Amino acid sequence: MTLAIVKAAVLFFVVAIVQVTIVSSIGILGGSPDLVLVTLVAVALTQGSIFGAVTGFWVGLLLDIARLGTLGFTSLLLTLAGFWIGRYGETTGRDRAHAPLLSVAVVTVLYAIGSLVMHFLLRESAPARIVLIDELPATVALNLLITFPVFWLVRRLFAPPARRPEVEFVG
Amino acid sequence: MRRRVVVGLLVLVSLVLITVYFRESPNGSLHSFQSAGSSVLRPFEIAADRIARPFQDAYNWTADVFHAKNENKQLREDVKKLRQQAIQNSAAAGERDQLRKLLRLRRIPAYEDLVRTAVTAEVLSNPASQFDQTIVIAAGRNDGVRAYDAVVTDRGLVGQVTKTFRDTALVTLLTDKESAVTARDHRTGAIGMVQHSQGAEDLLFLDRVGKDKTVDKGDVVITAGQQSGHRLSSIYPRNIPIGQVTKVGQTDVDPFQDIQVMPYVDFSSLQYVQVLVNKKPLPKMP
Repeated sequence: MTLAIVKAAVLFFVVAIVQVTIVSSIGILGGSPDLVLVTLVAVALTQGSIFGAVTGFWVGLLLDIARLGTLGFTSLLLTLAGFWIGRYGETTGRDRAHAPLLSVAVVTVLYAIGSLVMHFLLRESAPARIVLIDELPATVALNLLITFPVFWLVRRLFAPPARRPEVEFVG
Repeated sequence: MRRRVVVGLLVLVSLVLITVYFRESPNGSLHSFQSAGSSVLRPFEIAADRIARPFQDAYNWTADVFHAKNENKQLREDVKKLRQQAIQNSAAAGERDQLRKLLRLRRIPAYEDLVRTAVTAEVLSNPASQFDQTIVIAAGRNDGVRAYDAVVTDRGLVGQVTKTFRDTALVTLLTDKESAVTARDHRTGAIGMVQHSQGAEDLLFLDRVGKDKTVDKGDVVITAGQQSGHRLSSIYPRNIPIGQVTKVGQTDVDPFQDIQVMPYVDFSSLQYVQVLVNKKPLPKMP
């Protein structure tokens, strides 16, 4: 468990830096992929709700610090996203082939709506039409495009060590 | 049960962070923590940017090749026009300097005065989404950067510094919904307010220009250096290029013209910016 926590902390540190410096500047059809969100969904689905919530909080805090945004803003949204996807993975989404794609699509939409509501509550600019109509479809498509590579990477990273068989055939 | 306690605790911590961050002053403990954290992350962000730069450059180079042919033709025509204009400008500038000396004209700061002492900084993070039309730059209070300093590139106006930290600063772009700058048509002198068009594209609008004023397609829009309606100086120095007028229209119901401006700066992929550090004390807010 400790090893998994260390791996997740390092993974999300790297992913947050890559998101802030590189991925956010890639604009395709008005949207840009959200590597952090897709990685969080992958980790939460495979590791469970508590792990998802804690890693969501950690990476949210990193993003708030790196972007000099309101501290706690992204943490709150990603904590809830990580927890919710973790619960889905523990219950109805377990071993479903479509779970990764469905989770990424739904979380991307809910995250955009959640951000919009939070910005509105904090009396910041919340351009709903731009976010939901102009930007969101492209972001969902791009996130779906990177879902399988990210899931493959996360599964490899968090794969339990192969057990030695109890009985070994020799000779 | 344990699950709910953990999530509840994390949500509570997030809400406390948001509340305290909002209520405290820019020198408060959470802002200091964020400033220190940002300084720690800075080397990693710069390293990631350096690694990705060759790939980004390769992509940009490929994209540019496709546009180069058309652009070349247009640029040759522009050079012809500009060559003639440069000769006229040179004569006019000499005359202007002489008249300034004779009149002992006191001027508000201009772009060309401040650009010599500007602080050049690398962009650490580009806008995350349409919500967040801000960038983080690798220069802060230690480099003399202050809130409200204008930020430019070699192409034109980018925005203004809104938060400063020890080694970093937050810059709000001109494409932010809350941003506005008093601007002038360089050719006719018509003054208005440049704001974002509220669409997904990086288009701007020159608002508050009366129908009696002349603005034509192709005119260059620059910062006015004064606030619209009264003669208070703007936080932006005058003469910073903003963009070019791409469309002019008007309707019967609107007392002002409908002027669309294509900014010179590509706000989505900023790499380096210059902060026009103003050494003079800031005017007090009313």
